[in-house]
Amino acid sequence: MTVLLAGYAVAGMLIALSARSLRRGAFALGAMPMVLTLGYALWRTGYVLDGGVVTESVEWVEALDLSVALRLDGFGLLMVFVVAGVGVAVMAYGALYFPSTDRAARTAGLLVVFAGSMLGVVLADNVGFLYVAWELTSVTSYLLIAGEHEKPEARAAARHALLVTGAGGLALLGGLVLLAQQAGTWSLSGILQEAPTGTTAGVGLALVVAGIITKSAQYPMHAWLPAAMVAPTPVSAYLHSATMVKAGIYLAARFAPVFAVTVAWRPALIGIGLVTMFGGGLRALRQHDLKLLLAMGTVSQLGFLLVLFGTGLPEATAAGCLLLIAHALFKATLFLVVGVIEHQAGTRDRRDLQGFGRGWAAVKVATVIAAASMAGLPPMLGFVAKESAFEAYTHEGPWGAVVLAGLVGGSALTVAYTARFAATVLARPRLHAAPATAPSQAFVAPPLVLAVLTVLGGVTVGPVVGPLVEQAAADLDGQVQGVELALWHGVGLPLVLSMVAVLGGAFLVLERHRVARALVSLAPRFGAADVYNSAVAGLDVLSRRTAGSVQSGSLPVYIAIIVLTAVSIPGAVLLTGAAWPGWPALAETPAQLLLAVFIGATALAAATVTRRFAAAVLLGAVGYGIGLVFVVQGAPDLALTQFAIETLTVVAFVLVLRFLPRRFERRRPAIGVRLRLLVAGLVASGVFCFAILSAGARQVEPISGELVERSLSEAGGRNVVNVILVDFRGLDTLGEISVLVAAAVGVVALARVRRRPYVGEER
Amino acid sequence: MRRSIIVDTTARLIFHSALVLSLYLLFAGHNQPGGGFVGGLVAGAAIAVHYVAGGIDDVRAVMPVRPWVVLGSGLVLAAGTAVVPLALGADVLEGGLTEITLPVLGTTKLTSAAVFDAGVYAVVIGLVAMVFEALGEEPLHEEDGT
Repeated sequence: MTVLLAGYAVAGMLIALSARSLRRGAFALGAMPMVLTLGYALWRTGYVLDGGVVTESVEWVEALDLSVALRLDGFGLLMVFVVAGVGVAVMAYGALYFPSTDRAARTAGLLVVFAGSMLGVVLADNVGFLYVAWELTSVTSYLLIAGEHEKPEARAAARHALLVTGAGGLALLGGLVLLAQQAGTWSLSGILQEAPTGTTAGVGLALVVAGIITKSAQYPMHAWLPAAMVAPTPVSAYLHSATMVKAGIYLAARFAPVFAVTVAWRPALIGIGLVTMFGGGLRALRQHDLKLLLAMGTVSQLGFLLVLFGTGLPEATAAGCLLLIAHALFKATLFLVVGVIEHQAGTRDRRDLQGFGRGWAAVKVATVIAAASMAGLPPMLGFVAKESAFEAYTHEGPWGAVVLAGLVGGSALTVAYTARFAATVLARPRLHAAPATAPSQAFVAPPLVLAVLTVLGGVTVGPVVGPLVEQAAADLDGQVQGVELALWHGVGLPLVLSMVAVLGGAFLVLERHRVARALVSLAPRFGAADVYNSAVAGLDVLSRRTAGSVQSGSLPVYIAIIVLTAVSIPGAVLLTGAAWPGWPALAETPAQLLLAVFIGATALAAATVTRRFAAAVLLGAVGYGIGLVFVVQGAPDLALTQFAIETLTVVAFVLVLRFLPRRFERRRPAIGVRLRLLVAGLVASGVFCFAILSAGARQVEPISGELVERSLSEAGGRNVVNVILVDFRGLDTLGEISVLVAAAVGVVALARVRRRPYVGEER
Repeated sequence: MRRSIIVDTTARLIFHSALVLSLYLLFAGHNQPGGGFVGGLVAGAAIAVHYVAGGIDDVRAVMPVRPWVVLGSGLVLAAGTAVVPLALGADVLEGGLTEITLPVLGTTKLTSAAVFDAGVYAVVIGLVAMVFEALGEEPLHEEDGT
């Protein structure tokens, strides 16, 4: 499995590097790891269905307990089939959907990297690795949404998705860390086994739920998903309906059987799920853009899934597993159909579509099947899934009845928006309308194959899909046993409820004009997208105001703040604790005295002269004086450096002086002279006291002796100063030169505005 | 732009000796006063002399590569010295030491620290050259007025 995941990284990298030459071939290359994954999954199916669990682990960062630990159990296998299977279909489809360009090839590369990350999420057993893979899916999603990056709305949508899922990801990280600390293990299966309780674990769970809600586009964090529909349709089909948005659902499924009994888990998740199911369904009824209609349908179905998996009871979990497969199949099919329509007709607005005639039969067949599955009609997989979902809540008492009512209502909405979608696609061509060119057979093949799987899955649900779902549910929840999935359950409450849902949907369709008017009047004036927009705008305003109030723009004020801070903080510590070690000798050699007078005099002169040039030279003199102090003290290295620095500084000053008036301006300063004197005096006395006190405050033996001793024997150098710089404290030096590099880049960037290009650089 | 022949000639005279001095400081640094940082600063001063003589064009003329290449390769060299030992199973920045005998100069010690120091040297030269690149865009000119 580790090798497989690495294969995605390699394939993604290869495609990214050779996008120019691969073009359309990138999709074929990109499908390779997915096909291999499918093969691997099929090979392991027998073993996993017998209750086996495949584990692999590669140490990554031992100190953080971070390892690439993978674990393939029944539910993992189910997710792998979804991710790799839909992936292959999307790659095959993408090869024909996209024009043969570099950009399409890069999209293919990103899709491959995404698929690898998504598999990482569903296979990870180490929560650290799970988080890394989770964030990788967010990042690839961001890049894929912003695929057409010259469009501002694509960039905005990508940023929206990244901000929301990224923030959720951070919450998830916090939650996982808290849970891992409480459980004492970083293994996901270990945490679920330990099932930590208490306040800390509760906070951790709440944070995990925040991650689930954002990633799986649940109310009120759903608005990024419809916005993300600016992405190319294959991307939407793969990431934003079949796989990535299921990552949150996946996590809920893992956690629910263990944590559903925790005080607020079940009501919270079921509540959020039901609201999402309703909200998404209502919004879907109002969309004219077929893709947005499907997107809101996805939001609604994700709510449905969250209800099932959030419940944490065996039957609901099993129904959730089935619905997850069914949804991936039918929603991917429908998205691909929309892609075909958009590609051929140039629009996906149902008001502009003119109906489809000859050559569209395959598309219509695929649409009928997938729509029937979405609406929950027999003999499709979606029907079986919905039946089992209803069945799960029929004997749970009053709260079960409430949930059931919600699910039936949500399903009625689903039927209604499905009909709305299907009616557009199935419409016959209008008279005198220019018919859209029929798509090629290869182009329609992927959605058709997925549609056929939907039927096959429904018809053979007992022998084929059943065992997989049963094992998946059993691996999620040990109490699951004997899941009976059948196309025909006989006449019972679930079937009656199904019929109620279909009839309700039919009623909504018949009364569609009245419903539309009601929806318009009910629509919130201020939706979730507006909340997001005003939050971002508010942040902009806040940062502008903060910067405006903190940054006065006056250099004297900045310098005063910096030096006063530098003096007052150590000064406060010194005042509270340090003992005065007594006055040191005034001077050890006459030369010191002489130099002190020289430095003092030049510094005073530098502060008082009126010509800038003189001030710069005098400052240089102060520096040379200090260099001489080093010489007298016997520190040639320091002195050498000091001299070199001073020389260069004076040169730099002179360079800048060319752009400034010769004399200092006699304007009213921002800080008065008295205040300046006060600050200067404070700083001087502070530094003076600090120097004396700190020299006398040593409590441990200095390490300098040891450094000198080991300099020659261990580092092979006699100059201990240099040995410290390049060997003993080499890492510090590395950090310092990195800062130098950053500073150099910054200086050039600041001055670049007026940069003259190199001769011959302009091409 | 006015050029002074005295400054020009002096710059040419000083430049190479200053460079030799900087290289001496770099290599002597391990045992005597000096080191990559000081060496780089002296080389930077040598470049400064050229700047004073002929502005940024002269600096560009004497530097065979662009300043950011020097800067970057210095950082890469230093970071490489830090990382390569990791690949060989040692700790970050762990030093190696070999003695080699050169034809004329005799036996000398070669340490990985010297390579690291050379990286520091290059970074400092690159920094100085970049500052000139940034601040000294316009040719030197006499100020107008007083």
